[in-house]
Amino acid sequence: MRDAMPKWADLVLIPLVSLVLAFALSALVILAIGEDPVAAVRMMVSGALGSTYAWGYTLYYATNFIFTGLAVAVAFQARLFNIGGEGQAMLGGLGVALICLSLPWPHWALALPAAALGAALFGAAWAAIPAWLQATRGSHVVITTIMFNFIAAAVLNYLLVNVMRPIGAMDPATAKFPPGTHLPSLHDLLAPFGIAFSRAAPANITFLIAIAACVLVWLVLWRTRLGYEIRAYGHSEPAAIYAGIRPVRIVMAAMLISGALAGLMAVNNVMGEAERLVLNAVEGAGFIGIAVALMGRSHPFGVFLAALLFGFLYQGGAELALWTDIPREMIVVIQALVILFTGALDNMVRMPLERLFLALRRGRA
Amino acid sequence: MAGAAGGQRVPAIELRGISKAFGPVQANRDISLTVMPGTIHGIVGENGAGKSTLMSILYGFYKADAGEIRIAGRPTQIPDSQAAIRAGIGMVFQHFKLVEPFTVLENVILGVEDGRLLRPSLARAQGALKRLAEDYELHVDPDARIEDLGVGMKQRVEILKALYRQADILILDEPTGVLTPAEADHLFRILENLRSQGKTIILITHKLREIMAITDTVSVMRRGQMVATVATAQTSPGELAELMVGRKVLLHLDKKPAAPGRNVLEVENLRVTDIDGVERLRGVSLTVRAGEILGIAGVAGNGQSQLLGVLGGTLRASGTVRIEGQAIDLGARNAGQARRAAGIAHVPEDRQREGLVMEFLAWENMIFGYHHDPACQRNRALMDNVAIRAMTAERMERFDVRPPDPDLQARSFSGGNQQKIVLAREIERNPALLIVGQPTRGVDIGAIEFIHQRLIALRDAGAAILLVSVELDEILSLSDRIAVMFDGRIMGERRPEETDEKDLGLMMAGVRGKAA
Repeated sequence: MRDAMPKWADLVLIPLVSLVLAFALSALVILAIGEDPVAAVRMMVSGALGSTYAWGYTLYYATNFIFTGLAVAVAFQARLFNIGGEGQAMLGGLGVALICLSLPWPHWALALPAAALGAALFGAAWAAIPAWLQATRGSHVVITTIMFNFIAAAVLNYLLVNVMRPIGAMDPATAKFPPGTHLPSLHDLLAPFGIAFSRAAPANITFLIAIAACVLVWLVLWRTRLGYEIRAYGHSEPAAIYAGIRPVRIVMAAMLISGALAGLMAVNNVMGEAERLVLNAVEGAGFIGIAVALMGRSHPFGVFLAALLFGFLYQGGAELALWTDIPREMIVVIQALVILFTGALDNMVRMPLERLFLALRRGRA
Repeated sequence: MAGAAGGQRVPAIELRGISKAFGPVQANRDISLTVMPGTIHGIVGENGAGKSTLMSILYGFYKADAGEIRIAGRPTQIPDSQAAIRAGIGMVFQHFKLVEPFTVLENVILGVEDGRLLRPSLARAQGALKRLAEDYELHVDPDARIEDLGVGMKQRVEILKALYRQADILILDEPTGVLTPAEADHLFRILENLRSQGKTIILITHKLREIMAITDTVSVMRRGQMVATVATAQTSPGELAELMVGRKVLLHLDKKPAAPGRNVLEVENLRVTDIDGVERLRGVSLTVRAGEILGIAGVAGNGQSQLLGVLGGTLRASGTVRIEGQAIDLGARNAGQARRAAGIAHVPEDRQREGLVMEFLAWENMIFGYHHDPACQRNRALMDNVAIRAMTAERMERFDVRPPDPDLQARSFSGGNQQKIVLAREIERNPALLIVGQPTRGVDIGAIEFIHQRLIALRDAGAAILLVSVELDEILSLSDRIAVMFDGRIMGERRPEETDEKDLGLMMAGVRGKAA
């Protein structure tokens, strides 16, 4: 028996149609609050893609979402729902801050690998406890990871207010990182090629690391034994046990990789943008990662595309709120509609399309 | 009923030109079927022949694309199962649809309670159930909880449910799959009783012996079409098998006598206690020698699964197991890898739950459990997917897996072809010991023949084989020795030539065999 649809339709056409539907409905909502949807779209597109400055923000947000999206995707391949990306990214920020502040780093090329390692280790460590509880005690990882988000926030609050705040500073944040940890922005990276990219935009070299992470995650999942075992376990635990795959090991491995990926986000927002650790640095990117993984079908390539889309929505939405009377919350509505259509209402689009393809094939036969 | 008065009797069921397609698959093609009242009508066919689809249309689960259904001569629309029940059709599913913690009585009235209060309904059902029990020899304790009943009893509850809803037509889907021979005999007596009271029965089965034993007429389906309807008295199992497959099949297996060698598997005093504290294996001891097949007969749920689990490394146990004289560690968790290294290959009972990852492609499944093999690795980090694909394509060719495409998901193969993938994976390793559970469950006749021949060939090549099956025919035709399991113990051992189904059936029911 053959699948009803060609693969490209499954991977590209369905999300695209879902997206169009989500945008159409969003347009109706914007109409309903008395604004002009065409103008809104124009504003979003120019605000998110209209200049290198706009692109710089879109890609900066997308970088965050790639990391948190990959984190959710890897865990989900083992059928673990890690919704603790928020807390793991916060801890990743702590790792980055500790490493950046510990030494007078001479050059970013040295600081970057060290900070990335710190971010990954702290993120993984924060995921390790829920993972261990899930693997050995069966405590559901959804419950424990979300609780760990709150604990992470409290820990960071304590550390920033009481321990890491420079003497005399008024706001709960660390000192500024030394200049040797300043990461090259896209402006710096593209200048040698004669491309003039906005100097003010926060997108930086971490975007390239995020792309590398996508490739690496794909390699691990589909080309290594560990990935094979993770996917087997995710599809069927009884089959995995039959094959001699050890569930405890797989749960730990998947969650540690997941936590490390979420932690790595801090290289972008803490080291690359703020250059110091502030309260609530993650700003909900951990949760958007869930939507990104959902829309990207837990595949690294899909995550990449979905992260770009959400980066666009995030930046475009911010512009919309800045320049029109459409409230910032509207963009949350649009995001929610995108998630609803691409995730929850998948079959609503899939079924008619499958029927269409069948009819087409029959017509040809 | 209208129209029943004339001289000519009106068929209980008449299907005319029923067609149904699922996507590109034509599950039923222009099917016509007439079943007279007061008869038992058998429907046979391979897996995927369209039997279940046809019955699902009759029971209102699917809507036919074309065709007409007449019940007692009247054109009838059956959009859902409620309509089927109103039309007097009852269905006994292969997998019972009962609420386990409820009593028999509560299950019987479920969905047909007459009023908001339960008590009057229960009281009425109590009376009705008593009458039904007397009329049809269908005795079940109405206050027993379903979870405490055996399979045979549960099946009776399903039949009672249908009769309580005033079914005149009863459809039974593979009703004997989980029954002992004695329970099956009892079921047949019940069916005969129902027939003599004028009920119409449709029996779906793949066991030709049952068709011959109990039906009045039989229809054969093949690839979505009704290829023949004959009076049972005028046909033979051989003819039916040929109609089902579309070619001649060997119903009897030709095999040389076994030439058993050294002891490959020695099991002593194996004990397994499950998570609820119930002892599932109560001191099992057995040996299997090189070049022989030991068949384990028994009704499902008497410890065979646990025996396979221990040997395959998914369950922990106490006792001793030796492979080629080497004791293996029974206390280790998830010992699948260690068992494979010791030379045990395992074809599990439930290939869709354990033996295959249904979402994986054929080539990913072809190395499942052996994915640590050096042959599967390209270097220290990466697997050699190209080599694995090539190896899979070649094995699929040799094991006649259709279609021989390594890049198809396991779920898109038929049951028989899925099983061939598992068998290819396990047999091609040349294991010292092959343990195999229900090798032909849900597998079509053509593939059964092939699988049996492969098992015999492996035996002749010198492997020891432990075969667990609930199909007595299969045990009798493949085994060189037969051990019967009941309640976690071996009840006795027989040679196939010195026993028969009755003898084995007694032991399967817990009556201790003479040689035990």
